Amino acid sequence: MIAVATDPMVPQPFRIHKTKPENADTFTFELAPVNGAKRSAFQPGQFNMLYVYGVGEVAISISGDPANPNTLVHTTRAVGTVTKRMKKLKGGAVLGVRGPFGTYWPLKEAEGNDILIVTGGIGLAPLRPALYYVLANRTQYGRVVLLYGARTPGDILYRRELESWRGKLDLEVHVTVDRATGTWRGNVGVVTSLINRAPFDPENTVALVCGPEVMMQFTMQELEKKGVPADHVFLSMERNMKCALGFCGHCQWGPKFVCRDGPVFRYDLVEDLLTRRGI
Amino acid sequence: MFVLRHARLDDLLDALKRRGFTLVGPVVRDGAIVYDVIASSSDLPIGYTHQQDAGSYHLIEAHDGAFFGYTVGPHSWKQYLNPPRTRLWKAKGSANGFEIVQENANVPRYAFIGVRACELNAIAILDRVFLQGSAVDFEYRRRREHAFILAVDCTRPGGTCFCASMNAGPQARSGFDLALTEVFDNGEHYFTVVCGSERGDEVLGELCLEEASEPERQAAKHSIEEAGRHMGRKMETAGLAELLASRVEHPHWEVVAKRCLTCGNCTLVCPTCFCSNVEDVTDLAGAFAERWRTWDSCFTLDYSYIHGGNVRKTAVSRYRQWLTHKLSSWHSQFEMSGCVGCGRCITWCPVGIDLTEEVRVLRDGATAVTIGTEKGVPDAKH
Repeated sequence: MIAVATDPMVPQPFRIHKTKPENADTFTFELAPVNGAKRSAFQPGQFNMLYVYGVGEVAISISGDPANPNTLVHTTRAVGTVTKRMKKLKGGAVLGVRGPFGTYWPLKEAEGNDILIVTGGIGLAPLRPALYYVLANRTQYGRVVLLYGARTPGDILYRRELESWRGKLDLEVHVTVDRATGTWRGNVGVVTSLINRAPFDPENTVALVCGPEVMMQFTMQELEKKGVPADHVFLSMERNMKCALGFCGHCQWGPKFVCRDGPVFRYDLVEDLLTRRGI
Repeated sequence: MFVLRHARLDDLLDALKRRGFTLVGPVVRDGAIVYDVIASSSDLPIGYTHQQDAGSYHLIEAHDGAFFGYTVGPHSWKQYLNPPRTRLWKAKGSANGFEIVQENANVPRYAFIGVRACELNAIAILDRVFLQGSAVDFEYRRRREHAFILAVDCTRPGGTCFCASMNAGPQARSGFDLALTEVFDNGEHYFTVVCGSERGDEVLGELCLEEASEPERQAAKHSIEEAGRHMGRKMETAGLAELLASRVEHPHWEVVAKRCLTCGNCTLVCPTCFCSNVEDVTDLAGAFAERWRTWDSCFTLDYSYIHGGNVRKTAVSRYRQWLTHKLSSWHSQFEMSGCVGCGRCITWCPVGIDLTEEVRVLRDGATAVTIGTEKGVPDAKH
């Protein structure tokens, strides 16, 4: 018999317990194992492979609270065949889950430093677990700053949570949009423009960055200008993935397999890859 | 070292069949030497050889009675160890979900007949990829763990062979159960036999072979040494991994890309190229779903697709990915080269692109831009 339970290519069934639309094309699922088994813990920054029955599988970062691993939370943007179909699923439906996979944000190692989180668009999703962790262990860190850029006010993710975080006196939250629409009176411009006004001590800061590649490239330049050491900067990459185990080859980025050497990379180790096209 | 008279090759094959192995070996089909199931030594390409050069392959009747007087054709053993199409699992749909259907895995017990030294090295590379990393590939393991390997040393290297450069041949050194050297000497036709495992030992014991005489040993040794001196191609490997990492921007990539059809032939015939895709299929009613794994190639545009576009849009980036992966980043990933010098990618390239030539030109280049080096600092894994 095939040892189905241990073959890492075989998905485990998880039931959707709660669905929540975040904006026009982005939605959040809360999932729990169908067989009631305890969920293995994950680290902030890791991802799962989510399978929609009969349609296909996609790599999606985990966006829930690491202190509560029994509820698996994924925020997904409907952009392809699988995610568009996923968006139509209702509570009670079953998804296949493989994971968690990959490297994670070095939150333990970052203790004693200021934490600067720079995100764009859906890039906030893999950083939400990091923020949950940092807030739960607030005394271990210096200043904590979240900079977030969205295309339009309507694209802002986790809006209510962002507002409640901004209400905290020991957390600095700045949000900007590329295009102001409707009644928006907040910041307009790219997220990197927020870096200059953010209060942090460059030499004692750990920066966690996730967003479109071009946004990450410009963020790296800004952080360098501010004097944040490159080995204190971490970023999360996205590549085509079929297996998440280093077997399918698709996620190669130079010598790295994004699935297992990443998705979280220390910037100084991948600097020359990030700035080059077609690698 | 033992000696097996040529007329007794079937005694050896029969001993393997008695142990329940399905024999797979070289056969002549469609004008080439390929691998397929064989019943006896008479299915082997006896008296055949082939002539290979960049973009060309000719099957030739040599009428010399040799069982293994050729090198390798377009097939490699990866098609048995990591088949072009494999079903990874199947599932049954239910009202609100699905469940995985448990299946009996019926994997044939293969005995691979006539595995060349380069191919032993290729199998060792696949073992490293699929069995010795942070995860194990169950499909590969199922096929690999039972496989019996009867190796054959190469005594007549082909026009595109460069295993000697890659330190991967022509002699089988490890990774086999039994290894043969086919010898023609003073009108005698025999095999010298070396044992590489307990299983091999056991099979050999059954054949009651005599020890090879000193002249027989010498004749075998001489044939292999001669082969090593007559490789059709050569590749300088000293510092190659670092060199290619420093040639990421080099005018020669454009030159190769102008010829490259990005057809992916090289990745299909390469005995170590392991990339795969997955396909999800259902029946019309959605009662069943299956997931299939298929060979994939880094030369396709889809290979690097992510939302927002393809990472490697140009032939330059795709050829560079293939060559630098094989000869450079493979070292970072698996502590070894991904190339065994079998020459298949040269022979079966429809436009005759020859990686040994491309490497030669890239070596002479002056533009040095290094990528992917880690500057001696620890890895980003935590």
